[in-house]
Amino acid sequence: MSEAKVPAWVNIALIPFLNILLAFIVSGLVILAIGENPIEAAGYLVYGAFGYDEGIGYTLYYATNLIFTGLAVSVAFKGGLFNIGGEGQAYIGGLGVGLVCLALDHTMPLYIIAPLAIIGAAVFGAAWAYIPAYLQARRGSHIVITTIMFNFIASSLMVYLIVNWLKEDGRMAPNSRTFEENAWLPYLHELLSPLGIDIGDSPLNLAFIIALICCVFVWGLIWHTRWGYQLRTLGTNPTAARYAGIDTAKVTIWAMLISGGLAGFVGINEIMGVNHNLLLNFTAGYGFAGIAVSLMGRNHPIGIVLAAILFGALYQGGAELAFEIPTITPEIVVVIQGLVILFSGALEHMFKDRIEGFFIRRAVA
Amino acid sequence: MFETLILMLDATMRVSTPLIFAALAGLYSERAGIVDIGLEGKILGSAFAAAAGAAIFGSAWIGLCFGIMASISLAMIHGFACITHRGDHIVSGVAINTIVAGLTVTLSMDWFGMGGQTPTLSGDARFLSITLPFADALADVPVIGLIYSELLSGHNILVYLAFAMVPMTFWVVYKTRFGLRLRAVGENPHAVDTAGISVAFIRYRALIVCGILCGLAGAYLSTAHNAGFLKDMSAGKGYMALAALIFGKWRPVPVLFACLLFGFLDAVAVRMQGVVLPGVGEVPVQAIEVLPYVLTVLLLAGFIGKAVGPKAIGRPYVKERA
Repeated sequence: MSEAKVPAWVNIALIPFLNILLAFIVSGLVILAIGENPIEAAGYLVYGAFGYDEGIGYTLYYATNLIFTGLAVSVAFKGGLFNIGGEGQAYIGGLGVGLVCLALDHTMPLYIIAPLAIIGAAVFGAAWAYIPAYLQARRGSHIVITTIMFNFIASSLMVYLIVNWLKEDGRMAPNSRTFEENAWLPYLHELLSPLGIDIGDSPLNLAFIIALICCVFVWGLIWHTRWGYQLRTLGTNPTAARYAGIDTAKVTIWAMLISGGLAGFVGINEIMGVNHNLLLNFTAGYGFAGIAVSLMGRNHPIGIVLAAILFGALYQGGAELAFEIPTITPEIVVVIQGLVILFSGALEHMFKDRIEGFFIRRAVA
Repeated sequence: MFETLILMLDATMRVSTPLIFAALAGLYSERAGIVDIGLEGKILGSAFAAAAGAAIFGSAWIGLCFGIMASISLAMIHGFACITHRGDHIVSGVAINTIVAGLTVTLSMDWFGMGGQTPTLSGDARFLSITLPFADALADVPVIGLIYSELLSGHNILVYLAFAMVPMTFWVVYKTRFGLRLRAVGENPHAVDTAGISVAFIRYRALIVCGILCGLAGAYLSTAHNAGFLKDMSAGKGYMALAALIFGKWRPVPVLFACLLFGFLDAVAVRMQGVVLPGVGEVPVQAIEVLPYVLTVLLLAGFIGKAVGPKAIGRPYVKERA
C-alpha cells in the first residue's frame, strides 16, 4: 500500500548504505578510542582487500564461504525460519566432503570425486538441518533454539570423530591425513595460468564458481518456481499459506534441507579447496557471519554476493590491517560484522520507517 | 566413593554458578516476553569488564561493578532494539554476541597487550573462597563433616549469592507486584496496557535485572572461577544457560535443578576422561558434554515433558491506536 510510493532504490540501496555507514562510523570510533587513525586504518583495509592480485583472491576466497552461508540463511529466512545453525551444518557438511575424499582419493580421479563430494556436502549439511526442521514442522519446537543446540552437538561430534577415528595414526594434531592431490579442488590461479591470465597466488578455488552457480539456483528456485512461491507465502503470512492449501510443514522441512545443504558447501571450499584434510573448527564463524551477509544483502542473491564480497574484503583487509597496525587485532572485523547485524537487522525500523515516511510524505505533497 | 561424590558435587556447585546467574537472568527477560540469546555476549562482556576493572583498581568489587555496568549497557541495547524499535529479538541477540566477541579482544589487546587476555589477578582483585565457621573443626565428623567442610564451605561469595538468587527470584516473580506485572507482560501485554501500566517500562526493568545477573555471571568467570579474562571465555555458557532455562520450563526452582544437572554432567565429563567402565569400555567425554543440548532438544520436541514458554515471547508490543 504505502510501499508503492517509496522509490525502489531507497530500499535496495539507500537504507543498506546508511546501515553500513553507521556500522563503519561506530567501528571508526572504536579505532579512534584505541588511539589509531580510522582513515589510515580504512586505507590499509581497502588496500589489503583490493590493492593487489593476491589480496583480491583472498577476498573472493573468504566471500565464497560467506555466499554459501548467506544463501543458507536467506533461503530459510524467506520461509520465515531463522536458521542459526549454519555453523553446525557447515561443519557436518565438511565431514561429508572429507569422508568422500578420504574414501576415494586413492582410486578415483577428480571428475568423479568432485561431484560426489559436492553431493556429500549437501547431504550431510541437509541431514544436520533435517532434525531441527522436522521438530519445528511436526512437533512445534522452536527452530532457533534447536539449531543452536545442534551447533554444539555438531562441534562435539566432530571432535569425537576426528580425534577417535579420523586422526592420522601416530600424530598428535587433531586432523585427518592429507588427501591425495587428485582430491584437491583446483585453484583458480592454476586454471587460469594456461590461458595467460595471472591472478596471483591465493586459495581462491573452483568453489567460488560453485557459489555463483548456487546464487543462480537460489534465485530461480525462490522467484521462479511454484515451490518458491509457496516458500515466500509461508514467510510472509503462514496463516494465508495454510488456507491456500500449502503443506506448510513440508515447505518448512524442504526450506531447511536446502538451507543446510547450502551451508554444507562451506566444506567444499575449506576442506577440498584449501586445507585438503579434515580438521577441527574450519568453519571459524562463517555460519554466524552468514546472518550478517543475508541481512545486509536483503535476502537476494545479488545482494548476498555483494555483501559477501564486502565482508570477504573486511576479513582479508582486517588481516592486512592487523599486520600494519599491530595494536588493532583482526577481531575488529567481528565488531564491524556485529554492528552490521545490529543496524541492518535489529534496528532496521529505526531508519527505515523514517526514510520511508519522508518519501511517502514527499510523494503525497 | 562417598568422598569422590562429594568432590564432584563440589565441582558441580562451582560450574553451575554462572549457569544459575545467567539462566535466572534469562528467566526475567523471557518471562517479560523478550527472547534473550544475548546472554552469552553479556556474560563475556561482563567477564572482560570485571577483569579489566579488577586489574586496574585492584579490587574484585570494583571489577564486579564494571562487569554489571557493561552487562546492563548491553541489555539496554537489546531493549532499545527490541522494545523501542520493535526489532527481531534473535537478530539483536546475535548482534550483541558478535559485537562483544570482537570488542573484548580488540579492547584487551589495546589496554593490556597480552594477546587478548587481562593480567592475572591475585589477592583482593579476586573473589576468594570463604571458610564457613567451624568448617575446620567439623571436618573430622563422619559424613556431615565432609558435607559441611568440603561441599558447603570453601566457596567464594558469588557461589552463595547465586544459590540465594533462586528463592529471591521466586519471591520477586511470584510474590511481588513487579513479578505479577512481569509475568503478565510476557503472557498478555495488551491486558497490562489496558490496566494503564507501561509495557515498555516493565520490559526495560526486566532487562536491567537480566543485565545485573549476567554481570554477576561474567564477573564470577573472570574474577572468581578464573584469575583473569581469556578470549571467548564464556565458551557457550550463555547458550547452556538458555538450555537450562528451557529445561527448567521458565520456573526458578526447576531452572536451578537444570543448572545443577548440567553442571554435574560437566563435572562427570571431567572425571570420566580416559576412565574405562566395566562392560561399556571408555565413554567418550564428548558424549557426556552434549547431553545438556540433547536433553533440551528432546524436551523441546515433547519427548520428555513439554516446554511451553511465555505466550507473548519474541513478539514486539505495538500499542493500538484507534
